[in-house]
Amino acid sequence: MSLAEGTRPRNFPDRLTGRGQRILRSWELLLFVIAVLIFIANTQASPYFLDPWNLSDATFNFTEKSMIAFAMALLIISGEIDLSVAGIIALASTAMGWALQFGVGTPGLVAIGLAVGLLCGAFNGVLVTRLGLPSIVVTIGTMSLFRGISYIVLGDQAFNGYPDSFAWLGRGYVFWVITFELTLFVVFALIYGVVLHKTNFGRHVYTIGNNPVAARFSGIRVERVKMILFLLTGLMSGIAAICLTGRLGSTRPSIAYAWELEVVTMVVLGGVSILGGAGSILGVVIAALVIGMVTFGLGLLNVPGIVMSIFIGALLIGVIALPRLVTKLRRR
Amino acid sequence: MNYSSETGRGVPVLADPVLRLSGITKTFPGVRALSDVELALYPGQVTALVGENGAGKSTLVKILTGIYQPDGGVIEVDGQASKFPTATAASAAGVTAIHQETVLFDELTVAENIFLGHAPRGRFGLIDWTAMNARAQEILTRIGAQISPKTPLRELGIASKHLVAIARALSVDARVVIMDEPTAALSSAEIEELYELVERLKGEGKAILFISHKFDEIFRIADRYTVFRDGEMVDAGMIADVTENQLVEKMVGRAVDTIFPQRNSNPGEDVLTVAGYSHPTEFADIGFTLRRGEILGFYGLVGGGRSEFMQALFGVTKPSKGACRIDGKIAVIRSPAEAIRKGIVYVPEDRGAQGAVTAMPIFQNVTLPSLKATSHKGFVRMAEEFALARKYTERLDLRAASLDQNVGELSGGNQQKVVIAKWLATQPKVIILDEPTKGIDVGSKAAVHDFMAELAAEGLSVIMVSSEIPEILGMSDRVIVMREGRIAAEFDREGLTPETLVRAAAGYGGEAAA
Repeated sequence: MSLAEGTRPRNFPDRLTGRGQRILRSWELLLFVIAVLIFIANTQASPYFLDPWNLSDATFNFTEKSMIAFAMALLIISGEIDLSVAGIIALASTAMGWALQFGVGTPGLVAIGLAVGLLCGAFNGVLVTRLGLPSIVVTIGTMSLFRGISYIVLGDQAFNGYPDSFAWLGRGYVFWVITFELTLFVVFALIYGVVLHKTNFGRHVYTIGNNPVAARFSGIRVERVKMILFLLTGLMSGIAAICLTGRLGSTRPSIAYAWELEVVTMVVLGGVSILGGAGSILGVVIAALVIGMVTFGLGLLNVPGIVMSIFIGALLIGVIALPRLVTKLRRR
Repeated sequence: MNYSSETGRGVPVLADPVLRLSGITKTFPGVRALSDVELALYPGQVTALVGENGAGKSTLVKILTGIYQPDGGVIEVDGQASKFPTATAASAAGVTAIHQETVLFDELTVAENIFLGHAPRGRFGLIDWTAMNARAQEILTRIGAQISPKTPLRELGIASKHLVAIARALSVDARVVIMDEPTAALSSAEIEELYELVERLKGEGKAILFISHKFDEIFRIADRYTVFRDGEMVDAGMIADVTENQLVEKMVGRAVDTIFPQRNSNPGEDVLTVAGYSHPTEFADIGFTLRRGEILGFYGLVGGGRSEFMQALFGVTKPSKGACRIDGKIAVIRSPAEAIRKGIVYVPEDRGAQGAVTAMPIFQNVTLPSLKATSHKGFVRMAEEFALARKYTERLDLRAASLDQNVGELSGGNQQKVVIAKWLATQPKVIILDEPTKGIDVGSKAAVHDFMAELAAEGLSVIMVSSEIPEILGMSDRVIVMREGRIAAEFDREGLTPETLVRAAAGYGGEAAA
């Protein structure tokens, strides 16, 4: 890329690489190819895979997690992380179940779910941005704290008896095989994609992740942006809690257990740098589809859950190691 | 070169140098840090190494301690050609250094800090704590430090920590001790103790390389001097044979370069007035006025509080006291965002950490503080961004492959141009340039200087922090000298000499005319 000494390119171009070239070199394309391969493998492995209703069922494997993953992607790109998202789901679900005992209807339950999500996000955000604590430590703490409250309230009990209109948010169909959750997934993918890639806010998120000091020196209000991201992640966890609780029809304190790791896996598999500063929503969308299809395909083959998680883990390491291996081998 | 004289202090001087460097050359991309440098260090003698910031002193220290490898030249230890490929090799050859900012570990004890990396070993290769503490005590006693080896370092004050650093340097069997501005962080009583220590080390026959900007201490303890300027050794000899004036002249030596742009400065009305700016630790009572179209130079030694003050003015840190007015109106600046809105921008010294976002493309760096102008209702408009970035980078004669290239792939000078372009795009009233040409190649330097002159002519007010005397003299309309966090002197450019500047910055000569 370097220029010969003495040349004076007063008119260098805006870009050297065209759109096509950039797509060809992108992580997203690699992921997409993998997604297609897994799709083909699944059709070969099980004759039931291509059934529209089966496919529709399969989307539940990733829709709720990926909603959180979109917000988490922004948070990780900014250089922070939130490991308390599953704890937030447990707390939000518990709060809704508790309110249900007093006859609160679906709109009230939804409002409570969203509010608890926002409050938890605000709590994390204040600890990180006002007190300057590292987010990984803060959210490991609140992960146990939020779920712990759930355990205290519920013990080994469960809240049941959610109204049908509430259950629809988790199980309902908008049109033919298209679920309400899948619709939310698409809508949120578009919203987060636009926010991250097309707005000033998104540019600030990238800048902060790449160099928080230079971001501050450029007049970006770093703490405010991070606070907003924690609020968004809390809010998305609240929405996921509503969908999941509606779908399951009950609240137990172990709800969404260990989801934080699956959400982070989805984000990282989607090509978001765990060190911050790089990544795209499209990558996370494809990663969600990959994980969804792998889980579903293996499920059709009656592979036990533990083997599935081994497979997902291997996939994550493999996909991340692959590009590095290729460049290393090329250099030799 | 066989000296067999006696110094004025009656210490007998031995003939052969312990360490002799000849023809040492070191080049970094775009910069020649050292060219054909000579240096000889004699046992029982203190050699003062003097030179401006950037004259190559630090590079030399790094070569002597095995951190850098010279591109050419010979290092002789006791007349034997040697190589210091690693820090361990240098310390095995008996060369040890006490740095300005020594890296010590607060959570370890004094003895652990002293022997980190070369602790005495007992059976099974485990650390022999008894021997380590005893030897640490021995060294501490030898340098007259009243510190227990078992004390955790964090409980010590800065002066005691410095003594630990010295003890650490002496814990290897050193014959050559390099002291890089050892008095920078010390009070005057502690400096006296340091002098005593230096005398003691001389008595033990160690060769000492003493780097300092303070002429009083050089004349107090050094036997010899070596002067560096622009990476070259310009003179060396016995301290007894020179005066302070001669040394200052040798250090700044050259006439101010004629390559600086000719300027007919004609400052207008007051743009920025600062009064009583103070900070609990970094600076105190800073006040000045900056006029339209003026270049105001800030000179001083590194650590004099210039950058700290500029960052407070830009809203990065909070001053404890003080006020500033912009265009006559009181301006409260609590964050960089506010400073930018009010028309003050800051090009930081540490380009990589504070200025440029190296992993992002040029155009995104340039538009960062101007996104409001290039966007529409919060949505980015790439075409506008490219247009704005192009306008300012081309004015600065940026050399790049494309505007989409990551800033990290550019040379230092071109990175600096991106950072400056970023601020010009905000159309500021005052631009603060902190060491604007530090570490950039000569061509880019000239471009930055020309551009600075052009901006001032267009009515922008420029504050230029610089430690390079030619740059200060060549560019400024007025110069403020800071020393130890305060304004030591203020000069007009007319008739200002390098000697006056150096004296004001070092606090020698008492010519401070406020």
